[in-house]
Amino acid sequence: MQKRLFLSSLAVAAAICSTPTMAQDKFKIGLILPMTGPFASTGKQIEAAVKLYMAQNGDMVAGKKVELIVKDDTSAPDVTKRIAQELVVNEKVSVLAGFGLTPLALATAPIATQSKTPLVVMAAATSSITEASPFIVRTSFTLPQAAVGLADWAPKNNIKKVVSLVSDYGPGIDAEKYFKDRFTFNGGQVVETLRVPMRNPDFAPFLQKVRDAKPDAVYVFVPSGAGAALMKQFAERGLDKAGIRLIGTGDVTDDDILNAMGDVALGVTTSHHYSASHNSPLNKKFVEAFTKANAGLRPNFMAVGGYDGMRVIYEAAKASKGAGGQALLDAMKGQVFESPRGPMFIDAQTRDVVHNIYIRKVERVGGQLFNQEFETIKDVKDPGKTR
Amino acid sequence: MLTILFDGIAYGMLLFILAVGLSVTMGLMNFINLAHGAFAMAGGYLTVVLMQRFGVPFLICLPLAFLATGFLGAIMERSLYRPMYAKPHLDQVLFSIGLAFMSVSAIDYFMGSQQQIMQLPDMLKGRTEIWDGALGMGHYRLFIIAICAALTLALQYVLAKTTFGSRLRASVDDSRVAAGLGINVNSVFAITFAVGSGLAGLGGALGAEVLGLDPTFPLKFMVYFLIVVAVGGTSSITGPLLAALLLGIADVAGKYYVPKLGAFIVYSLMLLILLWRPQGLFVRKGGH
Repeated sequence: MQKRLFLSSLAVAAAICSTPTMAQDKFKIGLILPMTGPFASTGKQIEAAVKLYMAQNGDMVAGKKVELIVKDDTSAPDVTKRIAQELVVNEKVSVLAGFGLTPLALATAPIATQSKTPLVVMAAATSSITEASPFIVRTSFTLPQAAVGLADWAPKNNIKKVVSLVSDYGPGIDAEKYFKDRFTFNGGQVVETLRVPMRNPDFAPFLQKVRDAKPDAVYVFVPSGAGAALMKQFAERGLDKAGIRLIGTGDVTDDDILNAMGDVALGVTTSHHYSASHNSPLNKKFVEAFTKANAGLRPNFMAVGGYDGMRVIYEAAKASKGAGGQALLDAMKGQVFESPRGPMFIDAQTRDVVHNIYIRKVERVGGQLFNQEFETIKDVKDPGKTR
Repeated sequence: MLTILFDGIAYGMLLFILAVGLSVTMGLMNFINLAHGAFAMAGGYLTVVLMQRFGVPFLICLPLAFLATGFLGAIMERSLYRPMYAKPHLDQVLFSIGLAFMSVSAIDYFMGSQQQIMQLPDMLKGRTEIWDGALGMGHYRLFIIAICAALTLALQYVLAKTTFGSRLRASVDDSRVAAGLGINVNSVFAITFAVGSGLAGLGGALGAEVLGLDPTFPLKFMVYFLIVVAVGGTSSITGPLLAALLLGIADVAGKYYVPKLGAFIVYSLMLLILLWRPQGLFVRKGGH
């Protein structure tokens, strides 16, 4: 009788003690991504990269077990915000991560500020995001970074007269503005700025307009799926034969679908921070492991944003000894490391990523299409922050 | 200038093939089938899958897309649509838009949400330029125009010269009297619905290259179909044809000459036309 009482009280005591310690022994990461809907490929790439990082680096950090909670926000801002709130309040996550699109990150920013939870942006690329909350850190890239890289390169390579053609939404307008400003500053001339409606069925009239303006090149920014259609019509309309070059930010020749675009993509010159063919031992290892773990899927710039995001979170958690909040955030700032994309660091002032921008050209290598890097612009800061 | 006109005609022809089925079924049963675009999407995806996974040549995919979506249309008409005819308009609209959303989600689930990319055969790539480039014609667009023109002639012939055509016209004009005269309106409608769906499927297959193809296709183009039907009227096929051509040319030319206004041109044009002729541009006398 006495023995049984002792045992049961022991069990109760153990239960009481173990619940809180269990929670403390976990380091929870809330990963919010668009897993369904038009931007599902973003979610798929990032999730795969995050899981790859965890598989390579173990699921223990600072003596705690890392628990990854993946949620689908269907790329609707109100859903992203609600999920973030649930993750912070109910799951008590130490860090929020993911965020496929700008509005999703902006909607969630107040939650990061109020709960003092670091928020790692792994995809969204509008310049202003990191200014929305002091708890936001970005490991993807900013569109202006890519745009000014190209605007610096073009005038030195016999491209003086350009028509810009962008999708008419936030990132497109960013891409147009920063390119135009820097290109004009460098002595170039943007003769026409065309904005294509998001739900545009046919590029024909816009490309004909480009052709009749007879520029040296057309600078484009469109979401990657539409990029394929654009390139086809570019070739079909004979713009390449009319001596017009196609240049753009790297979204247009997204590694994820580059192969399916076929020969029309050959020779397209773009600027971006990551190419799956980036020549470094680290990247070769990354691409190989990623492809192997995901049935032949090639990692794109979204994947590398997710992979580096996990790196930033892991290292920060080690430095803060598993603590969250301000301590974790401080440990994220100023991290300098080698990423599959090349050297990068998190600017301690702006909490934004600083990395090289590469000028690349689509070429066929070993039967597959790749963005081959041929020029590097070192340590590009986000030009949206410097003014 | 001529190039813009050419592109506009190709685009309009494509819209016509996509929308003609909707126009006829709407005239016939007074049923607004908002899921019409779903049949077009089915044809497009069928073509993409056949070409990518099974290596079927593009030119063989086109008749297959027509037949398969026509068959699908016949089954759907018999099982889902027919019980809806007697229901109020609101029920019909809710039903068919629900069907459109279901098709969007289904394609998203099975095929993924990305834009589908297909490779045309080499003979349809390329471009011919005449008069020093004043008129540039993409071969694929020429191909679209040729097919659509042939289809239009065939449809016009069937409608004007055959017994089935006169039965169809009679049913459109007054289905109760037509039924009283011994015309089996149900079967006329089933055949028309199937052919209309098949044409939409063919349009989807042809248009995948020009219009793009992703799961939101039925919603993206629903407005365009409805404009064609509203402007062209529902009692003939020349009406929707001219409406589609007008829409195509206005859209392309508008985007070329005033890109800032972009897609807005089409809607203002529709408003003006409907203010001027609320029944649509072309109303056959005796019809209603």
